[in-house]
Amino acid sequence: MRIFLIIYVFVIVATVTILGFRGSLSTKTPLEVFPDMDHQAKYKPQSENDFFRDRRNDRPIPAGTVARGNYLNQQAVFSEDFADKRLGDTALLEGKDAEGNFIAKLPLAVSYELIEQGRERYEIFCTSCHGSAGDGNGVTKPYGVLAASYHDDRLRNETDGYLYDVIMNGKGLMYGLKDRLSPEESWAIVLYVRALQLSQNAGADALTAAQRSELGF
Amino acid sequence: MANVFPKWVNTIPIKVIAAITLLATAVVLGVTYYATPKYTRVGYAPTQPVAFSHALHAGQLEIDCRYCHTFVDRAAHSNVPATEVCMTCHSMVRQDDPQLAMVRDSYESGEPIPWVRVHAAPDYVYFNHAVHVNRGISCVECHGRVDQMEVVHHAKPLSMAFCLECHRNPEEYIRPPEEVYNLAWERPETKEYDEEAIAFVHDWKVNPPQSCSGCHR
Ligand code: HEC
Ligand code: HEC
Ligand code: HEC
Ligand code: HEC
Ligand code: HEC
Ligand code: HEC
Repeated sequence: MRIFLIIYVFVIVATVTILGFRGSLSTKTPLEVFPDMDHQAKYKPQSENDFFRDRRNDRPIPAGTVARGNYLNQQAVFSEDFADKRLGDTALLEGKDAEGNFIAKLPLAVSYELIEQGRERYEIFCTSCHGSAGDGNGVTKPYGVLAASYHDDRLRNETDGYLYDVIMNGKGLMYGLKDRLSPEESWAIVLYVRALQLSQNAGADALTAAQRSELGF
Repeated sequence: MANVFPKWVNTIPIKVIAAITLLATAVVLGVTYYATPKYTRVGYAPTQPVAFSHALHAGQLEIDCRYCHTFVDRAAHSNVPATEVCMTCHSMVRQDDPQLAMVRDSYESGEPIPWVRVHAAPDYVYFNHAVHVNRGISCVECHGRVDQMEVVHHAKPLSMAFCLECHRNPEEYIRPPEEVYNLAWERPETKEYDEEAIAFVHDWKVNPPQSCSGCHR
């Protein structure tokens, strides 16, 4: 019995020493206890695929095609009286009119919800470089990102279409965000940038009398 | 008649029973402790090809999760960012850092960075990120404090029991939708908040599936 107990304790100590405790960090791939059907022959986003030479499951979009489900409602496309409005809409998609000039005003109906949507997207995608007030003082400034301030006369007088183009395609050192923002979201950001510009450059005469007395002029 | 069996034989049954009990207890405890995802998965922290730190980018620089994991609130799959997203900053920040050589090469050649996947649901499970994050379930419930991790590790078991634990009582985990990306948010420990959460689940008709076909379609 004594021998049994010694072996027993030894085995337990050995197991705990080798296997460790729950939650300890390890670089070993997790053991799959029952791997049945964990890995099926199906395609999941961003996974590997041995069929293609570059082994990527997500295929690059060939030029001149539109990814299924991206822009158009499938049912509408395959109905008889389909007329493509969205793809030909250069104002919405490129911020330019038919002649290729930037449009002056955004092509969406303006509402408070749109500004709020713009604020949400702005805080995700722009604040780290341009700062929440749009003055170019984002957290990355000390590390060498010299983002522009929106509060100068040139940018105040630029068209909405131009700002849209900067967001989508970038300008100079700034990369475009075409891959990460839909046209509607970008227009919402343009609207919010306009609101920011106004917030830093509003004259006292733009306020109502009540607001002015509240501020003490 | 002489004694055929010596006296010590009398204790054999007790010893055998004791040994079997000890062995059984050890095996049961060992299996419950080690053979579940709480041990096999939690703590998995593979070495990534680039020493990318969430503690620096998401924690210290406070970049929103959606700057990189852009589609987490719009799609089932939460994408790992393209190299271009890193280059939006690293074309200006640390342009010559050898740690970032792979990022620059990848951007020039178009070959993706071979990130090692940490979390993976088995192929027979349908999981949808957008459904969860848009309904007030934060990343922290399933991924832990990623914004404090130098190297991402598997923080929660993501087993079926884990999913169901929340699906049965969503009001214990739900938070205001605007706090979903703020992993540091702490649930107020007050009765009012508990009632608010129950009301939220009721008013928003939050109804997580508990039937098998909800997750195994
Ligand atoms: C990675 C950092 C970074 C991010 C993120 C970023 N920008 Fe910029 N942005 C810059 C830099 C750098 C410049 C200066 C470009 C130059 O002049 O070369 C700039 C310039 C601009 C300009 C001025 C263009 C001009 O004509 O001078 C506008 C407008 C602008 N950004 C808007 C935005 C908006 C809106 C967003 C969010 C959707 C955004 N930026 C996100 C870095 C960034
Ligand atoms: C600057 C870009 C960036 C930001 C911001 C960012 N991530 Fe990541 N994240 C990555 C990259 C790149 C990877 C893949 C490499 C890795 O696993 O470290 C990743 C991996 C992950 C993974 C593991 C994925 C897997 O393989 O299973 C999780 C979980 C995650 N991020 C969550 C978050 C959360 C939550 C936030 C917000 C607090 C966040 N990330 C912010 C870039 C980012
Ligand atoms: C919003 C801007 C921004 C983005 C986007 C970004 N980084 Fe960074 N990164 C920084 C800053 C700022 C630093 C800190 C530089 C310093 O400390 O000097 C940094 C540092 C690093 C370092 C060095 C860390 C160390 O410990 O020295 C690595 C590696 C890195 N980033 C990788 C990445 C990768 C990979 C991505 C893409 C998933 C990425 N970064 C996206 C801004 C960014
Ligand atoms: C309800 C649980 C849950 C929540 C909440 C959640 N995730 Fe996940 N996440 C998962 C699961 C499960 C997987 C594995 C998915 C798979 O294999 O398809 C995963 C995978 C990932 C991956 C890796 C995808 C890949 O292909 O490598 C990233 C990145 C990620 N999550 C980021 C996030 C971010 C950012 C948030 C918060 C905005 C978040 N997750 C919220 C459960 C969750
Ligand atoms: C912290 C809480 C929480 C965790 C953990 C969680 N869920 Fe959920 N899940 C929810 C809530 C809340 C909903 C309901 C959303 C609604 O009603 O709109 C939901 C809904 C779902 C749905 C229904 C989606 C649809 O299209 O209707 C699926 C499938 C699902 N969850 C799968 C999972 C899986 C798989 C896991 C484990 C990896 C998991 N969930 C973990 C909270 C959670
Ligand atoms: C909330 C989502 C959810 C629901 C509802 C659900 N499951 Fe699961 N199930 C999962 C997840 C996630 C896994 C994968 C667990 C893992 O990888 O550890 C799983 C795994 C399994 C497995 C495989 C276990 C193994 O390790 O091989 C079986 C069998 C199973 N589920 C049966 C069921 C049955 C039967 C029901 C209905 C009573 C059900 N599930 C309902 C999420 C769910």
